[in-house]
Amino acid sequence: MIRFENVGLRYGMGPEVLSDLTFHLPPRSFHYLTGPSGAGKTTLLRLLFLSLKPTRGLITVFGKETTRFAKTELPQVRRRIGIVFQDFRLLDHLTTYQNVALPYRVLGRDESSYRADVIDLLKWVGLGERMHVLPPVLSGGEKQRAAIARALITKPELLLADEPTGNVDPPLARRLLRLFVELNRLGTAVLIATHDLALMDQYDARRLVLADGRMEIYE
Amino acid sequence: MSPARAPAAGLPADDGGGDPWGSATIVPPQTIAGRALTLVIAIMTFLASLTLGAVTLIDDAARAWTSDIGRELTIEVRPIDGVDLPGEIAKATALAQEFQGVGRVHALTDTETRRLLEPWLGSGIDLDALPVPRLVVVEIDDPLAVDLGALREAVAADVRGGSLDDHAAWIDRLRAMAGAMVAGGAGIFVLVLVALVLSVVFATRAAMAGNSDIIGVLHFVGAESGFIAREFQRHFLLLGIKGGLIGGSLALACFVVAGLLTRQSAGMPGADQITAFVGGLRVGPLGYAAVLVLVFAVALLTAATSRWAVHRSLAEID
Repeated sequence: MIRFENVGLRYGMGPEVLSDLTFHLPPRSFHYLTGPSGAGKTTLLRLLFLSLKPTRGLITVFGKETTRFAKTELPQVRRRIGIVFQDFRLLDHLTTYQNVALPYRVLGRDESSYRADVIDLLKWVGLGERMHVLPPVLSGGEKQRAAIARALITKPELLLADEPTGNVDPPLARRLLRLFVELNRLGTAVLIATHDLALMDQYDARRLVLADGRMEIYE
Repeated sequence: MSPARAPAAGLPADDGGGDPWGSATIVPPQTIAGRALTLVIAIMTFLASLTLGAVTLIDDAARAWTSDIGRELTIEVRPIDGVDLPGEIAKATALAQEFQGVGRVHALTDTETRRLLEPWLGSGIDLDALPVPRLVVVEIDDPLAVDLGALREAVAADVRGGSLDDHAAWIDRLRAMAGAMVAGGAGIFVLVLVALVLSVVFATRAAMAGNSDIIGVLHFVGAESGFIAREFQRHFLLLGIKGGLIGGSLALACFVVAGLLTRQSAGMPGADQITAFVGGLRVGPLGYAAVLVLVFAVALLTAATSRWAVHRSLAEID
């Protein structure tokens, strides 16, 4: 689904922040992306989301090299990848329902065609009672679940999550992990960027470990 | 199958809460930066509209002066010893009336002449004791039909002590002065317009800076650049129209009030001076139309700036 071959990235004339990354994310797979702070996890997520271009190497997304994507094609590709940010990035003037429905709204879809899906998904992530609440009123865990729901609503083939348990307590972190595992069983490939070892110990999956810009893979 | 694709059995398809989007817009409708932008647009449109109104007022007044004076000639009859002055005045009046294109010809009466001289010589002057020339006002109906040269020659030949004043020198000076005033006004208007454009552009960019998070989120949920640009453009176009209409309406209200005040105070010395100088302080239909054009141009400028800011913001993200 996504393949990196000898990918390197540097900002300007600085040193390489990512070097010789070679890995493959197959469909329906589950991965952890881990490493110390500043190792380049978020940068790698941005490369995966086509928000950054590598300075060398080859990235293939959904069978096509990223250099061959026209700028106008990128939104369609991004719709096949869901992303959950560490800081949630919910729009504070929209309710939980409206935030989760946003990907459909930007597609210009008629509200009646996705309303049931959004409500079902909100219930699935445990926000059925909070759908008409504005984000500032939600707790950290609720915001995180709303952000996950927004990333999932268009049924992406790959879900990228940046430190999804960074702002929640251990019980909620376990609950969120169960959510990701269940999602993966339903067919979505999942990549969780985290430095939470306890979380990774709860569910065994392939670990991509970044250190000093280089990657070690533990099957 | 993902949970979004497969509604769980038994879950209702609607929460029964009506339209969940309601009137919600992707761009926040009321922000401090948005209100500040509306205020800046309103103030700058008001100032630009006032300047525009003042320039059209001066332009109209200048045209009126030259046109009024250009449609009037004066035959001056100087008193000469042994010459029957009323007779010469009557002759001049009859002579002028014979010419083509001439309308009403009116010899100023003694009373009117006294009133003309009153500011300089005081009241109750004896005209017979002073060598005061008498005036015959000749109104021109059709300036193209009047043969000024022939009239001047006829007056000089037939009316003793008579001469024709077509105000040419005065009109030329007046034209030069009016032209300078209109050019000065236009210059000030251009400066105000530049200030308007700059302040609207910078205020819009400042308001857009606060929306960079929203642009980022829309981008990450797969919105196309055109969609994001359209959303912001529509929002800022409405802000621009709102601010522009507030400023433009206030300026138009000022014009209407000024016109009413000069009409109400007609007859008072100060008001008469103003009326003589710039007319009734009325901005014509062209002035009102120009203010409307200004309002919509400001709104379009605001929308275009927001569109440009969206594309710039997206270019930075990518």
